[in-house]
Amino acid sequence: MTTYVIGRLLLMIPTLLGVAILTFVLMRVVPGDVVTLRYSQSGSVPQEVIDRERKLIGLDKPLQAQFVEWMGQVVRMDFGTSLWTDRPVTEEISTRLGITVELALLAALVASTLAVPLGVLAAVKQDTWVDYVIRVFAIGGIAFPSFWLGILMILALVVWFQWAPPLIFVPIWKDPIANLAQLIWPALAVGYRYSAVATRMTRSSVLEVLREDYVRTARAKGVSETLVVVRHALRNSLLPVITVISLEFAFLFGGLVVTEQVFNVNGLGKLLVDAVAHRDYPLVQAIVLIFSFVFVFVNFIVDMLYGILDPRIRFG
Amino acid sequence: MTAPVAAGIPRRRDVEDSAHKRYLEDRGWPRARRAIGTFIRRRPLGTAGAAVILVMVVAAVFADQLAPYGPQEGTFTGLPTEPSLQHFFGTDPFGRDVFSRLIYGSRTALLVGFTSSLVGSTLGLILGVMSAYFGGKVDEIIQRLMDVLISFPLIVLAIAIVAALGPGTEKVIVAITIPVIPRVARVTRASGLAIVQMPYIEAARSVGVQAPRIMRLHIAPNVFAPYLIMMTAFLGQAILLEATLSYLGLGVVEPDPAWGNMLRGQGMQFLDQAPWLAIAPGVAISLAVFGFNLFGDSLRDALDPRLRTA
Amino acid sequence: MIRRALIPCFMIGALVLAACAPSGPSTSSPAASAAGTAAATAAGEQPKPGGELTYIVTAEPPTFDAHQSTTFATLQPISPHYSTLYKLDPADNVSKIIPDAADGLPTISADKLTWTVKIRSGIKFHDGSVLTAEDVKATYDKLKNPPTGVTSPRQATLAAVDTFTATDPTTFTIKLKYPSGSLLAAMASPWNYLYSAAKLKADPKFYEKNIMGTGPFTFVEYVKGSYWAGKKFADYFDKPKPYLDSYKAFFITDVNRQTTAIQSKQAMIEFRGFTPQQRDTLSRALPNDLAVQEAAWVCVNYISFNTKKKPFDDVRVRQALNIAIDRWAGGEALSKQTIVKDVGGLMRPKGPFAMSDADLEKVPGYSRDNKKAVEDAKKLLADAGVPTLTFQFLNRNVTTPYEPVALFLLNEWKKIGVTATHLVKETAAYQADMRNGNFDVGLDFNCDYFDEPDLQLAKMYSASGLGKGLNFSFYDDPKLDDMIAAQSKETDAAKRKALVNDIERYVIGEKAWMVPVIWWYRIIPYLNIVRGYRIGSNHYTTMDMANIWLATK
Repeated sequence: MTTYVIGRLLLMIPTLLGVAILTFVLMRVVPGDVVTLRYSQSGSVPQEVIDRERKLIGLDKPLQAQFVEWMGQVVRMDFGTSLWTDRPVTEEISTRLGITVELALLAALVASTLAVPLGVLAAVKQDTWVDYVIRVFAIGGIAFPSFWLGILMILALVVWFQWAPPLIFVPIWKDPIANLAQLIWPALAVGYRYSAVATRMTRSSVLEVLREDYVRTARAKGVSETLVVVRHALRNSLLPVITVISLEFAFLFGGLVVTEQVFNVNGLGKLLVDAVAHRDYPLVQAIVLIFSFVFVFVNFIVDMLYGILDPRIRFG
Repeated sequence: MTAPVAAGIPRRRDVEDSAHKRYLEDRGWPRARRAIGTFIRRRPLGTAGAAVILVMVVAAVFADQLAPYGPQEGTFTGLPTEPSLQHFFGTDPFGRDVFSRLIYGSRTALLVGFTSSLVGSTLGLILGVMSAYFGGKVDEIIQRLMDVLISFPLIVLAIAIVAALGPGTEKVIVAITIPVIPRVARVTRASGLAIVQMPYIEAARSVGVQAPRIMRLHIAPNVFAPYLIMMTAFLGQAILLEATLSYLGLGVVEPDPAWGNMLRGQGMQFLDQAPWLAIAPGVAISLAVFGFNLFGDSLRDALDPRLRTA
Repeated sequence: MIRRALIPCFMIGALVLAACAPSGPSTSSPAASAAGTAAATAAGEQPKPGGELTYIVTAEPPTFDAHQSTTFATLQPISPHYSTLYKLDPADNVSKIIPDAADGLPTISADKLTWTVKIRSGIKFHDGSVLTAEDVKATYDKLKNPPTGVTSPRQATLAAVDTFTATDPTTFTIKLKYPSGSLLAAMASPWNYLYSAAKLKADPKFYEKNIMGTGPFTFVEYVKGSYWAGKKFADYFDKPKPYLDSYKAFFITDVNRQTTAIQSKQAMIEFRGFTPQQRDTLSRALPNDLAVQEAAWVCVNYISFNTKKKPFDDVRVRQALNIAIDRWAGGEALSKQTIVKDVGGLMRPKGPFAMSDADLEKVPGYSRDNKKAVEDAKKLLADAGVPTLTFQFLNRNVTTPYEPVALFLLNEWKKIGVTATHLVKETAAYQADMRNGNFDVGLDFNCDYFDEPDLQLAKMYSASGLGKGLNFSFYDDPKLDDMIAAQSKETDAAKRKALVNDIERYVIGEKAWMVPVIWWYRIIPYLNIVRGYRIGSNHYTTMDMANIWLATK
């Protein structure tokens, strides 16, 4: 077991290294750099100034040297300095990270609250109108472009209640109501979206379990249908559902980019869009690494959960 | 995935024969007709989805005949006009007929959707099957590569591709194709692994059948169901993704008609003054995604024997 | 972006300078027209103290140091913390320059080479120290000769200056190498914040990350990605200003969210400009609470022809592409959906240097008879041997106003048989392509804070000379360089205007080096409780918020 865990953890390293290399190369292949961009509106800046600035932030060094230098920093948990604002990358990220994590958790909560009951209901009432309505509702979540859903949501609030979600983020421990007033809307929009996959997963895994022999036996013995569903079907189908929700969480974390923009939520996704636009290499690299880390880590946790929840799986 | 059960240890010819027979049976027209009939009766939602897809395909193929106006034709007056008998969905501020642009837009949508999901899923299938068959080092390398791709934020990828290669529909397709690959590869690998352990594969190997042949004839057909299901799902997603990229200014570029830029551009700008500019492409996108997903879901139910109603 | 410093006279009519010829154009003509409901700047109203101003800024400041910045995103949230020597009169905000930290206008020696600026006494920095001529000298030294690691993009505006001296604590003396008329404008530049000599001495980069000025508001906090907050500076020198207790600037990038922020009254105003649709949405939603100001803007899009590439080196091709454009119809139609409106040459329409419409119509590309122009254009293309020209039109992926303007142009060019493909790139990539000449024809733009030929014509200089990094048509034209220099030296206002208009005819009509499309038009819809803001001609000046007050019930 311990060897397996260590092995799995070690496997994260090549993945993250791959992501680091890919980000590094992609960002430098893309035309434009931060220095020209900074003076983009003032053409009067002489070429010497631009060259000097480039040198100052090390953009003139060979790519391999830049990469090695950056990796050296990353290993020491130092992500460098933002080229756009000249502040430490960790400082840029720290406030944003919390907001995005909270938003992703809220959205996952919304998604599972919707998905589990709806999925079970759809399975139990398979091929009836209840099933159809639920399935259509679920697909509705992925049928709207996220920005469209978000814009309509804010517009509805403004038109009907002359109220829009607050523009300033307040940590949940300071003022839970103000916090939720801002974040619940994007969480609903994203959560509904992500409930689509989870609802369908719940439905099909419950369907599968309902066809197992032991369920049939239970039914034959005259156990009430509710009990069958709750005791057997739901419990045994929970594993794939948890898997899907956790994996969705990982995707969702990196997928908040547009939603944060629409709702003007000051999260990591919005920061990433700006950083890419500014060609702020260290910042982009750090954010992408964080996204990837969350992704592989959640995957790892899911695998571990399997081992704990499903006794049939043994780690070699 | 339940793999076909082979009794005992089959000889090479048996293996090929049974695959061949199944192949023939699956292709038989009467059987297909029966299957379609059952599908329509048993899966009304899937049928509705298929109908939407059909409408889209017809619109895309016969756009030149169906659209009352050209996609870029119009008198530039500055303001959109309301829906009327001449212009079913009104005109946009450039005087272009929204209905016509919607029809031509289905061409773009299907082009983006089909190409990216077909290419992405097929590449994913190949990688997934290779991973499953060879195992060991090959599997490791492919899996790590897929992990890298899957955990990479789409936005950075999209910006990099569009910015490095320049804009245009083809680049948008590339940007949308790449994230499909690892997702399909994972699923097909998982299904493939179950099949690789089947005795008949082992048998085929032992009698010296070449690896590509085994993969093509024995493994690929058996992971075809998940491949097909994922492909339909990604078709809808690709259309959605194109719209999302449009929001970030990275989608299909005006004046080419695409639902994404119609919704994002003039649709969003005139939300209050001319809501039809947003509603028309918005509904088109949602309907398309509904169509592909409902059809894909029902297809999965139909193809996955365990989910068949008794 | 002032490049040439030799402007013997600034067009600031009301303000008669010693160096200025007596016949400036009469009082400034602010083109601001207050449309909409309540008159926001109703005369005779007594400013009411108190309250918090909330406003939207559509981008975030890359640096706090305006000396190094070139974007409004620095000025709009940060200007309330600083003073400048001179500034635009907030009641006019187009051309009238008034003292800010200076005590009266500069006195200029008979040889026009020594300028003396008196500093108002009793001006305090936010840390309590007193502003002296030493601080002003340190500020201007930094602007003129930035230390290593610090840039000064508008360095050229001080090119005429030899030395800055602090003669005594309240006297700042400027010695010039040659007479300059643009110096006053430079001292009124919204970018030239006054800094503390002590802070600059300790760290020349201090102001990149810190705020410490003499402006009406002190710094409270900046939450990156969210908002910027300031509060009233009790010791502000210009009593009883500021009227506001505090202000908050929210950074909002999404266009629809900007509208809903004002609609839900989370923010009161946005100073850059909204589209006509945003204005209409707001005036319908808030019929009793909204005021609107609109005015011509010192901003315009240019079509840059890459003259290093065939066939754009051929003047006939450029002329054809220029005259095909029906600017009059285009301005009319585009003004209904985006932020462009007036037809003009190289100077802002309705501004002090603009040609009359009658004169403009004689310039190729401005004819009212577009049918004939289209025929002429086809003929020019045929003569040039490219009757069916095909090229890529480079644009940036910013919707307003770039997308509609480009679509309009593509349409106009289609009429003469030209197929232009819309090549839209993300801003950074677009800029890289423009700078490197990696395009056929591109949509460029220029924005300034002042109607001044030296500013607006700076782009027109030869690409290998003064126009380097500004001129994306990449031509070299010594004759044009001389023409631009000549207008700059002309002291007589009427004559100077004539020279400028000649340049316009030459650049647009004769050579079609680089041609303007349609001038931008600024629309500011805002909650009518905001008083004391005058739209003016740009989104850079009068951002210190000193004059703004809230008419709350």
